[in-house]
Amino acid sequence: MSAPALDVVVPAGDGWIDVLPAGSRLRIVDLEGNQAVDTLLYDAHDPANRYSAVDTVREQGALYLSTGSVLRSTRGDALATIVQDTVGRHDTLGGACAQESNVVRYGPHTRHQHSCRTTFVRKGAERGLEPRDLTANINFFMNVPVTSGGGLTFQDGLSAPGKHVELRAERDLLVLLSCCPQLNNPCNGWNPTPVRLLRWDT
Amino acid sequence: MSVLSAPVPLPLLREQIPAGAAWSLVLRRGEQLRLVALADGANASLLLHAVERPLERLCVPDTLKAQLQARVRPPMVLLSDAGRALVSMTGSSLDWHDALTGCSNQAQVHDRYGPSDYAADRNAWRQSARTGLLDELAKHGLGERDLAPTVNLFSKVAVADDARASVTFVPGHARAGDWVALRAELDVLLTLSTAPHPLDPRPSWAPSGLAVEVSPAEPPGADDPSRTFRAESARALAETERTVRSPR
Repeated sequence: MSAPALDVVVPAGDGWIDVLPAGSRLRIVDLEGNQAVDTLLYDAHDPANRYSAVDTVREQGALYLSTGSVLRSTRGDALATIVQDTVGRHDTLGGACAQESNVVRYGPHTRHQHSCRTTFVRKGAERGLEPRDLTANINFFMNVPVTSGGGLTFQDGLSAPGKHVELRAERDLLVLLSCCPQLNNPCNGWNPTPVRLLRWDT
Repeated sequence: MSVLSAPVPLPLLREQIPAGAAWSLVLRRGEQLRLVALADGANASLLLHAVERPLERLCVPDTLKAQLQARVRPPMVLLSDAGRALVSMTGSSLDWHDALTGCSNQAQVHDRYGPSDYAADRNAWRQSARTGLLDELAKHGLGERDLAPTVNLFSKVAVADDARASVTFVPGHARAGDWVALRAELDVLLTLSTAPHPLDPRPSWAPSGLAVEVSPAEPPGADDPSRTFRAESARALAETERTVRSPR
């Protein structure tokens, strides 16, 4: 395989934003296992055309994301396709953690803990994204089983050290991701860790 | 002195939303909205924005994950992306309102029902939920960036216990007369479209209108079902009350 055009490690609890050119592939490697990577995709030239979890779910007829899943925008466009997945299942229902939702879920003592939403706001601002541009995201390496009875839980991840997921950009994308700092549920195996990003261009 | 028991409050507003239309209303804290389906197979794709700060809006993921549900049902609270209860679903004849599969768009309406335009159809020109919601949001200075995943009132999309968690629309879920009630926990802009659910398999365009009634609502007490549903629901209401303080 050719040398990657990008090879970076996103530290635990930190974020990343960059352009992913059409046709290029982005691999996210879960270096130490069970590390949720909250991810948003935008048309690089028109960020109002952004990832839509519900349109993606409806068009593929299933809740979980895996190889072959086409990640769609609010306008129904294909933004990216998952072309490799050594985990088997990724979440797009659970959204991102935030200071405020942590208070709701875990109590006021969590109000000042770091969160994905803070990372999204901070990193997004580097490329002109504002809070109203944030929406329901993908959670790579996160396991949120849903039952036919209408229940939903957060469980230990199915991921493991070295597992990866790879996206192919179907147009020029802006990719915003957060290496989730959540400490209050098993989405990061109770221990947030770094992930590695690799990009290959066509 | 009247021999009647406690007077029933008169509705503050009573009207109908036509089938396949978009509609918006500011529902004030202390008011309750009741929507009643006028025909079988109703759908209402709903958005909520905080009036004082429209940046803050309905957050489907936080609503579901905080209350460990893959659907919306009474007595859940509907949360904003800032951890506040925007409205409480105080009652409904249905125990499942879809929040997983989004609303219809113009391409999907065209593919399902064929071409439609004003020249041929006049005011029966078919508008997708997305088109109608954007038109309605624009009246309030909001736009595409303010669109978020909808709750699709009256619709059920079942989830299978298979490896992909497949989703399937449940036909015939809502019948004429089915209803849902939402109590505003702070001043909220409700925007909704009565266009059919995007997964509704009926081959012909058959949306249902809704009857609307707004009436006064008591604030949620300590034993309110939406507060006692889960600790998370109580904390979401407490977050609203922490930021919207009433004069004593």
